[in-house]
Amino acid sequence: MEDLADIWVYLARDPLFGLTLTLIAYLAADRLYRALGLHPLANPVLWAVVALAGVLWATGIPYDRYFEGAQFIHVLLGPATVALAVPLYRALETLRRSARAVAVALPATVLVASLGAIALGLLFGASDSTVASLAPKAVTTPIAMGISERIGGLPSLTAVLVILTGILGGVLGPPLLSALRVRDPRARGLALGAAAHGIGTARAFHEGAETGAHASLAMGLAGVLTAVLLPLLW
Amino acid sequence: MLPMLALLLVFQLAGEALRHALALPVPGPVIGMVALLLTLVVRGWWTGPAAAVPEPLARATNALLGHLSLLFVPAGVGVMTHLALLADEAVPIAAALIGSSLAAIAVGGVLMARLGRRP
Repeated sequence: MEDLADIWVYLARDPLFGLTLTLIAYLAADRLYRALGLHPLANPVLWAVVALAGVLWATGIPYDRYFEGAQFIHVLLGPATVALAVPLYRALETLRRSARAVAVALPATVLVASLGAIALGLLFGASDSTVASLAPKAVTTPIAMGISERIGGLPSLTAVLVILTGILGGVLGPPLLSALRVRDPRARGLALGAAAHGIGTARAFHEGAETGAHASLAMGLAGVLTAVLLPLLW
Repeated sequence: MLPMLALLLVFQLAGEALRHALALPVPGPVIGMVALLLTLVVRGWWTGPAAAVPEPLARATNALLGHLSLLFVPAGVGVMTHLALLADEAVPIAAALIGSSLAAIAVGGVLMARLGRRP
C-alpha cells in the first residue's frame, strides 16, 4: 500500500486538484451566503478566495500550480463577458425612457470612480502599477482585468480590488444614497451598478426590479465606457 | 448549450481579432459583447424585441451568468501573491477604494435623481 503522503504529493500536483478545490470552496461559500440571507459581507467570492488562499498557504502549494487547474474556470470569463450583451439588450427599453439623464449621470459616475481612485492613489503615494491596477476597479472583473493588463497594472491585483470595491459599494452605497435623500429607484440603481458593478447590481435587485434593471444597464455601460476611456487617458 | 457556448466564443474571438487588426484600446471580450448586442438589436427589428434573444442563447447565458461569481475566484486567489504589496500600500489603496466609491455613488445618485425627474 502506498504511503498517504505519496498519494497527497501525487494529487497536489494534478491540475484536477485546483479545479475541484475551487468548485467545492465556491459551493460552500455560496451556500453560506444564501443561508445568511445574501448579506453583502457574506460575499461568496470573498470567502471562497479566503478559504482557497488559506488551503494553499497551509499546504505550501504555489499559486501557479493551483492555477494550472483553476484556469479552466478562469477562461470562461471571456464568454461570460460576451454573454452580458443579453441582459444589456433586455434593459435597452428601460434605458430609452431615461436616456438623457443616463447620458449625463453615467459618464460622471465613471469619471469620479476611476479618476477619483487614480487621484487618491497618487495623493497617498501608491506605486505606478498599483495606481494602474486601481483605475478600473469599479467595473466588472473580466473587463477590469483586461483594462488593467493594457495600462500596466497587475490583473490579479485588480481582480481583488474590484471585489473589494463591489463589497464596499454594496454595503455603504444604499445608506449613503438614503442619507442624500436619493429615493428614485432609477438613480439608486444607476449609482450602484456604475460604481460597484455586479455586486452593487445584485444589491440593487434586492431593492426592486426597476432599481436592478438600471443597475445592470449602468454596469454594462460603465464597463464599456471605462474600457474605452482609460487606455486612451493612460 | 454547446452550440451557444461556441457562438459566444466566436464573438469573443472576433473581438480579439478586431482588437489586434485595428489596434483598439478595448479588451477583446468587450468588443465581442458590443458585437453581440448590435446583432441582437438588428435581429430585434425582424423578430420584435421580445423574441430577439433565441431560447438556447438565453439558457446558455443564464447558466454562465448565474454563477458569474465563481469565475472570479481563480483570479481572486491571486491575492496571495500580492499580500506584501497590499500591506505595503494599505493606506493609499484603502483611501482610493473607499473615497472614490462613495464619491461616485453620491454623484451618480444625486445627478440621476435631479435630471431624471418624472414628468
